[in-house]
Amino acid sequence: MPEQLLFAMEVTLNGLMSGVLYSLVALGFVLIFKASGVFNYAQGVMALFSALTLVGIMEGQVPFGHMINAIFGTEIHHFGWHVPAVAAILLTMVVMVALAWAVNHFIMRHLVNQEPIILFMATIGLAYFMEGFGDLMWGADIKNLNVGLPQGLNSFIDETTFNALGYGFFIDNLDIVASVVAALLVIALVIFAQYTKQGRAMRAVADDHQAALSVGISLNFIWVMVWSVAGFVALVAGIMWGSKSGVQFSLSLIALKALPVLMLGGFTSIPGAIVGGLIIGVGEKLFEFAIGPMIGGATENWFAYVLALLFLVFRPQGLFGDKIIERV
Amino acid sequence: MRLKLLAAAAATLMTVAPAMAELVIPALNYRTGAYAISGIPFADGFSDYMTLLNDRDGGIGGEKINVMECETAYNTEKGVECYEQTKGQGALLYIPQSTGITYQLIPKASADGIPVWSVAYGRTSAVNGKVFKWVFNLPVTYWDGASVAVKYAMSEEGGSLKGKKIALLYHNSAYGKEPIRTLEKLSEKHGFELLQIAVDSPGQEQKSQWLQIRRERPDYVLFWGWGVMNQVAVQEAANIRFPMDKFIGVWWSGSEGDVLPAGAGANGYKALAFNGTGTDYPTLQAIKEQVIDAGKNAGDGTKWGEVGYNRGVYSAAVVAEAIRGAQAKTGKSAITPSDMRDAMEALDISADRFTELGLKGMGGAIKLSCAVHSAPRQAAVQQWDASAKAWSLITDFMDPDFDVIDPLIEEDSMAYAKENNITPRDCKM
Repeated sequence: MPEQLLFAMEVTLNGLMSGVLYSLVALGFVLIFKASGVFNYAQGVMALFSALTLVGIMEGQVPFGHMINAIFGTEIHHFGWHVPAVAAILLTMVVMVALAWAVNHFIMRHLVNQEPIILFMATIGLAYFMEGFGDLMWGADIKNLNVGLPQGLNSFIDETTFNALGYGFFIDNLDIVASVVAALLVIALVIFAQYTKQGRAMRAVADDHQAALSVGISLNFIWVMVWSVAGFVALVAGIMWGSKSGVQFSLSLIALKALPVLMLGGFTSIPGAIVGGLIIGVGEKLFEFAIGPMIGGATENWFAYVLALLFLVFRPQGLFGDKIIERV
Repeated sequence: MRLKLLAAAAATLMTVAPAMAELVIPALNYRTGAYAISGIPFADGFSDYMTLLNDRDGGIGGEKINVMECETAYNTEKGVECYEQTKGQGALLYIPQSTGITYQLIPKASADGIPVWSVAYGRTSAVNGKVFKWVFNLPVTYWDGASVAVKYAMSEEGGSLKGKKIALLYHNSAYGKEPIRTLEKLSEKHGFELLQIAVDSPGQEQKSQWLQIRRERPDYVLFWGWGVMNQVAVQEAANIRFPMDKFIGVWWSGSEGDVLPAGAGANGYKALAFNGTGTDYPTLQAIKEQVIDAGKNAGDGTKWGEVGYNRGVYSAAVVAEAIRGAQAKTGKSAITPSDMRDAMEALDISADRFTELGLKGMGGAIKLSCAVHSAPRQAAVQQWDASAKAWSLITDFMDPDFDVIDPLIEEDSMAYAKENNITPRDCKM
């Protein structure tokens, strides 16, 4: 088999894996948009905040330690214990549910039936608040995140492809784990949205807030639930991305990777977030491989948006998004 | 009653307002935001050294030093705001801590008559003091760094790089592109193939680039990264099992925070350095005892001895030495920004003087002049030991290939002078 074809196959496989990581971030956006029509600008910061909280709990870090020490002149940084990863993830989820409640109590419920742009602006404010709050709570240092996920070259794939094709493919173990987790997450979310009472209520709220209220659906409960689920998705994304680069404040920028995925897959479709992620992942990697070297490289960031825009020309609602028709 | 209120208000103001020290050094720090991991150690090191001088020596020449912190979050606009806020408060010198802020401050500070010191970043051609009267970029430039990295690789390869392949993995920005021209010249001179691989900011996703490195199998990867790009690159290099001792970063890609997330995989990674590593310096020990243990430190004390912290201490020591020079030359303790500029230009810190300062081997000897605003223009190579979680210098400070770089500096600085209608100074006077 020609060498270039083998390279292209390897790039495609890695593109699929990267696409799954993008989808993980996009899923959080889709969930909240589906339930409340809000484009949650704070989704990336939620991933950061959840990862910071997870590491903080695992390492036994004292929240707001810097502030406490500055005010009281103490030198308290750690409780002196380490919490196992599973327990820390569960505790972090409790924090994310509390955050969801706070977001609903202090922001969302005051904005029922407001224009989407108002809701969007509120999430911008939330993003900045959470970033500062996370800094105050856990500090700005880079933090190692190790929940026991494998990383690095998958030797089995490397050896198998080498024996079969004469060239060993590189696939990162972490990407394989992320793909499995994302698949399970999507299946769970689709089942939840389609077949559970709360899931159907969530979709009803998404269609019309007031109509949902009139049939006895608790808007507060649904929004807290949805923000909690989005918080869980953010935590999963934070773990995957944080395991690669450490937990640091630029983690919030992963949201930039989700935008073209949403444009392509549609803002209201969970499968769309996955398919969109895969198309963007493969598309940008193949373009970088084939065209990048001719035009100076670093094409991935902008090409993802170009690809999404091309799709939008033919399907403005995205591949799987709901077609919105407004009659006047 | 009114008098009492006024007196109380005045007393409150006197308590709240900072003491007006006469040696004001604004610190455009970034302790928050995406790049805080690089900003905090430097800020702590710089402030802690000045605190040591204030407490131990009563300041410099009898005047206390006021490190006026202003948070920029590594944002150029905020950096310019900080400059505007502080320049009227007696600022003697600015260390912008960002190439973006440096570029903004070069014309402003030049017009305001306040010297700017970009510590191994900013505009490389500011080495030429004939054109850049108010700007200093000691101790080393990116072009010097690129040359030292190639020189080191050549020494590792038995003196020749002919037929070798060197990849430059760089941040796709003006900063990341800085070494390209130098490396192109050096590849012509030494006969190695240069492979340029760009990574878009912020650099969280580098799969394509590392797959390319895996395919192309370069003998060395030189690395001009920043922020999250550093941690991801080190991790990806470990993932593809690239030999870490052939992976050499610039000094902004060589701090503890850049390698710790990759754990054992980062072992053996190398980076250029313009300052010493570790804590085996009398002055660092003094800071530990008299500042950190006394609870007078600027941060939480955990950065003491890190690469960035030592860089802050080194920079503060150089600033302090310039202040001493200005005081000695003018005969007054309260100096002006103009005195400070003159002293920077006359800076002469020998190896013996570094020893006297309790910083033996922290950097190469510095001697500036009217025409030369950067010295010694040397870099060493440091290597990461993942088990000890420590960097250590594995070479002496090395000279770059001046024959290649100096003509480039002359050409670039003269082009700047022409664009900005600057008549180069006659430095023979």
